[in-house]
Amino acid sequence: MPHIANSIEGKQLSVKDLTHSYGGQNAVSDVSFEVNAGEIVALLGPSGCGKSTVLRAIAGLIHPKSGRMVLGGADLANISARARGIGMVFQNYALFPHLTVAENIAYPLACQQVPRAVRKARVEEMLSLVRLNGYGNRLPRELSGGQQQRVAVARAIAGRPSLLLLDEPFGALDRALRFDLQVELLHLQKTLGITTLIVTHDQEEAQSLANRLVLMSKGNVEQIDTPMAVYDRPNTLFVNTFIGQANILRGTVVRLDPEATLIGLPGDKALRLPRRLNFTIGSKVTVTFRPEEVRLTSQPGENSLAARVTVSVPLGPTLVHDLVLDDGTNLRASEVRGPSTFVPETGTQVFAEIDTARAHVFPGEPEVSQ
Amino acid sequence: MKASGFPYVIPMLLLSVAFFATPLAVLIGFSFIGPDGLTLNNYGRFLGDAFNYRVLMNTAKLGLQTVASTTLLGIPIALLYWHSGKTARQVIIFLTLIPMLTSNVVRTFAWIVILGRQGPISETFVALGLAGQPFSLMSTELGLVLAMCQIDLPLIILPLIAILSRTPVQFTEAAQVSGAGPWRIFVTVLLPMMLPGLLAGWILVFASTSSSFVTQAVIGGARNVYVPQLIYREVGTLFDWSMASAIAVVLLLSTGILLVAMTMISRHRRLVGHA
Repeated sequence: MPHIANSIEGKQLSVKDLTHSYGGQNAVSDVSFEVNAGEIVALLGPSGCGKSTVLRAIAGLIHPKSGRMVLGGADLANISARARGIGMVFQNYALFPHLTVAENIAYPLACQQVPRAVRKARVEEMLSLVRLNGYGNRLPRELSGGQQQRVAVARAIAGRPSLLLLDEPFGALDRALRFDLQVELLHLQKTLGITTLIVTHDQEEAQSLANRLVLMSKGNVEQIDTPMAVYDRPNTLFVNTFIGQANILRGTVVRLDPEATLIGLPGDKALRLPRRLNFTIGSKVTVTFRPEEVRLTSQPGENSLAARVTVSVPLGPTLVHDLVLDDGTNLRASEVRGPSTFVPETGTQVFAEIDTARAHVFPGEPEVSQ
Repeated sequence: MKASGFPYVIPMLLLSVAFFATPLAVLIGFSFIGPDGLTLNNYGRFLGDAFNYRVLMNTAKLGLQTVASTTLLGIPIALLYWHSGKTARQVIIFLTLIPMLTSNVVRTFAWIVILGRQGPISETFVALGLAGQPFSLMSTELGLVLAMCQIDLPLIILPLIAILSRTPVQFTEAAQVSGAGPWRIFVTVLLPMMLPGLLAGWILVFASTSSSFVTQAVIGGARNVYVPQLIYREVGTLFDWSMASAIAVVLLLSTGILLVAMTMISRHRRLVGHA
């Protein structure tokens, strides 16, 4: 990595109660979050959840209906998009097709009236930063997708912005390349110390890049936490099912003990959770648990449900079992595979033992969008 | 050899050879015929005459003026289309196409009314105190450029719209976030993106203007003579078909040179990718 002459001073971004609507319908409502100086935060959610709208509002490309955005102490409401000093990588890079790689990277510098000699040196510095030395005279269409992505990143950071915004920056790349470029971006971000906000619908991408995740659904923030906390302690059923895989069972609270809760399931079965839940007896609830929290046994025991194996698939180091319960509910179990792991045949009767200590319980909902 | 689609183009090819290539060859052949057999005399006489030369230059000037005015009007309309919603786009397309759907005679006579002494232009200028007395723009170059501009506007708007509808707005947004103001975005991003469409439009407008006999004759009047009128005079009044052919070939060549030049520009490596 080349030495950075005057490294970028990342600023803190704070978004408060951001609301915006298109045609009367709220695209985002009361979105609030903070990105600390030098931190990477990912806005994560399914398509149409409003995450791009938030990003465009921060960039100044749309004017939100209400809410406050503050970057490094300055209220962005009175600053036009061109004066915000923000770098942005667009979904399809938006590299100017008639300009060479070097001219594309120099574009923000030309806008800032940077002297020609300084501009030239900075372009060279950026080219070596994204490992594209010698590509300065090429046109964007003469580059591969991965190279174009790196040029887009170089253009976004060339003007030494105090905030870097990335809109699905790896979406157009194939899987193998994606990981390499993610590592590269992380490295670059750490070197420059630039505050970074990335929008993505890809949870793996978000988890591998970001210090914290802002999970969004239908225009609302569902949870803001570290990737691990979001996986282990989801606030809502949406977060639970969106991040990683989750088995879902519906039941009713039938007994509350000081240190335990009994949840009745259809077909006179029950799960016993080793903690007291904040529900009244008779409440409809949704119980969720991860595939790795299900263990297959041949004997019935506590918290185990009779099931039939639909299919067992080895996925690298793990073995994934698809099960179906007597009432037709599908379950998924996964276990670490060893040389002697028994692979059950389709149709085998087993008992699925659920680790209820790690299961989550949410208020029952008529429907769950996956 | 790959299965070729050649048989399918035979009907069109026959039509082109019979009604375009052959007459064109005859026309070119005519231009080299003099009273004593083959000669270059027709060209010499035409280009050697100062009046003819001035007419040729005036025709080029009329073409360039129309190209310039359609460009100045067409770019904002095309950009308006780009930023408009679905309904507004349909309205813009419809209004753009109207001049093409109107008969040449009708729109020429409409312009006679508009440009005349009692027409809206003259009356407005008098009412605003910008002109002391009513005036007529008939038989003036300005009047002719105005009319040609309206008639040929679709020829430049349509290629521009075609290019812009394939151009994502992210380009201007990227420039905006980079710190570019509206003028810098227009000059460094929008104009280069539109250039292939502009080149195509310029060729169409120039060729159409420099050869539109009826409009030139009716609105330009007898004082403003352009190459098509010269050809008509040779054919209809002086019956010198060889001379008429030579003038036609000169007009064809001057438009052709422009076409080749524009095509060469549009083949530039910076323009090829997004054209």
